[in-house]
Amino acid sequence: MGSEVVSAVSPTRQAFRRVRRDRSARLGAVLVVVLVLIAIAAPLLAKLEGQDPYTYNIGLLDPLRGNAPRGAVGGLSGDHWFGIEPLTGRDLFAIAVLGLRTSLFIAIVVTLVTTVVGTLVGISAAYFGGWYDAVVSRLLDFLFGFPSLLFMIALGIIVPAGFPRWLLLIIVLSVFGWAGLARLIRNQARSLVEREFVEAARSSGSSGWHIVTRELLPNLLGPVLVIATMAVPGIIGAEAGLSFLGVGVPPPTPSLGRSISDSIVWVYTGADPWFLAFPGAMLFLAVLGFTLLGDGVRDAFDVRLRRTH
Amino acid sequence: MPDLVWFVIRRLLATVLVMLALSLAVYLIFYALPADPARLGCGKPCTPDRLEQARHFMQLDQSTMQQYLQFLKGIVAGRTFGEGAAAVQCNAPCFGYSFPLARPVTTLILSRLPITASIAIGAAVLWLIAGVSLGLGAALRRGRLFDRFAVGFALVGVASPSFLVGLLAILVFGFWLNMVPVNGYVPLTDSPVDWAWHLVLPWVVLAALNAASYIRLTRAQMLEELNLDHITTARAKGAGEGRVVLLHGLRGVLVPIVTIFGLDLGGLLGGAILTEKVFSMQGLGELLISSVGQLDVAVVVGVTLFSAFLVILANLVVDVLHGVLDPRVGHA
Repeated sequence: MGSEVVSAVSPTRQAFRRVRRDRSARLGAVLVVVLVLIAIAAPLLAKLEGQDPYTYNIGLLDPLRGNAPRGAVGGLSGDHWFGIEPLTGRDLFAIAVLGLRTSLFIAIVVTLVTTVVGTLVGISAAYFGGWYDAVVSRLLDFLFGFPSLLFMIALGIIVPAGFPRWLLLIIVLSVFGWAGLARLIRNQARSLVEREFVEAARSSGSSGWHIVTRELLPNLLGPVLVIATMAVPGIIGAEAGLSFLGVGVPPPTPSLGRSISDSIVWVYTGADPWFLAFPGAMLFLAVLGFTLLGDGVRDAFDVRLRRTH
Repeated sequence: MPDLVWFVIRRLLATVLVMLALSLAVYLIFYALPADPARLGCGKPCTPDRLEQARHFMQLDQSTMQQYLQFLKGIVAGRTFGEGAAAVQCNAPCFGYSFPLARPVTTLILSRLPITASIAIGAAVLWLIAGVSLGLGAALRRGRLFDRFAVGFALVGVASPSFLVGLLAILVFGFWLNMVPVNGYVPLTDSPVDWAWHLVLPWVVLAALNAASYIRLTRAQMLEELNLDHITTARAKGAGEGRVVLLHGLRGVLVPIVTIFGLDLGGLLGGAILTEKVFSMQGLGELLISSVGQLDVAVVVGVTLFSAFLVILANLVVDVLHGVLDPRVGHA
């Protein structure tokens, strides 16, 4: 390809071309698209299977083995594509796909919130500098190195029983999640602030808000996209971790983390390891997909993210 | 040296300020609790008289600010609830008193801390050693099989939630191969061998996952370091490859590693809490979760602040270490 052709293509277009050429990024993108489609279509898929995640099927359990599912592979059959949950006999396929829906919904909302907040705070800190930057940086350092998981658990105590838990999850994950993004975006923005075009805008009398939104932001869209994509797997993992600890969405709403937590006893005794396998694989694939895609997007945009300095 | 001393003093002061601000914030947030601790603790039937008594005993009849100052005083000098024969003594450092459990929060924390700390410290030591040495190996054998293995391992490690891998490890090593115990904690003072033996699996799991990002970082930093001028100079002067790598290269790698380690301390505690649940050990996490369920706000506040203080103090140590390793930090 000649150099004049390359220079005629926008950097974003070039980046997407590079993502397509990168094998592991492609795998990540395929995983993400497939899982997002599964999450969107989850109620339809459960209907297609003819099951729902709430109905107990006691008849399919074996009381002699402590109510583990009858049959091989955790009771897998044409009726129950991933088998059934031990103890209750609820359909594991419906639980897994609807649980994935819960996880991805929360993760994507939290990513959007933290990206918007993180970008605004990060860019403004880099642009205005001075004491504002110093205060923000200290706050970010503090929030970032904080035992946030503990606080997310502890906050459960002051929330009234009627308050929707999924909303609480979104709030706590956002409150503790934006700092990491803001930090990275601030470091990216700092290298731009010194550039001539910013200086030119400033000397021609543009307001701070104008420079932040019109000059800095468009030039940072690549890094922001990279940072947001790379944050998703961590948020999925954090949400699953909270559900795993029993402080996520309450039953009977399906949740991957809670199913994995419920499977502990069945794994210890080896009575039904399949109960771990299906929700576990779903969670692993979701995190892996976004990690691969994030790495690919980072390489494509050629962004160097330094966690230090 | 005096520079370093000033640096430590400045850091120490900043740390105390951060702790004060944090404790005030936490106190204000958690005392917005909708449930009334006095009502929960006043017994049945809960007459207005007894409620008032309970409130006075728990010192909840004071203003929030007074209660906060009492709390601070408790940490420094201890405090007493009630008067006369019924009085309850809470010795310094008193992180509050749990009336439902009839124990000082500090006692509760100290009974659980060894479990969480054993997991966290053991895993951290293991992952620092494994992460840095694997990363070094990968950098020195760039593009070869070992490098590809380390990079692939790092990718899977970054992508795996710790509790998931923990359960898989239990299934494989505990149940199928029956090699190591899968749950339960044995105190170090009872039997150091059993203690370590029960912790092998949690340590390896947590370390393997966290080592991943250290492998990536060490590898990238080392590759960069090996191209720098002072390395070329050292080589030109005829220094052996081992000396070049260990003496000149590693020094540049250690500074960012220490920085990242400081940032990961909070996550380390979280990881230890998830791990203790996987391996059915009753550590700090279990104490916190059950107290949230019991609406025991004194324990929730105590555990949260105690853990946050611990992380902040550990960060201070890391910061000072950073100042020693990288003299530029002290002057900043």
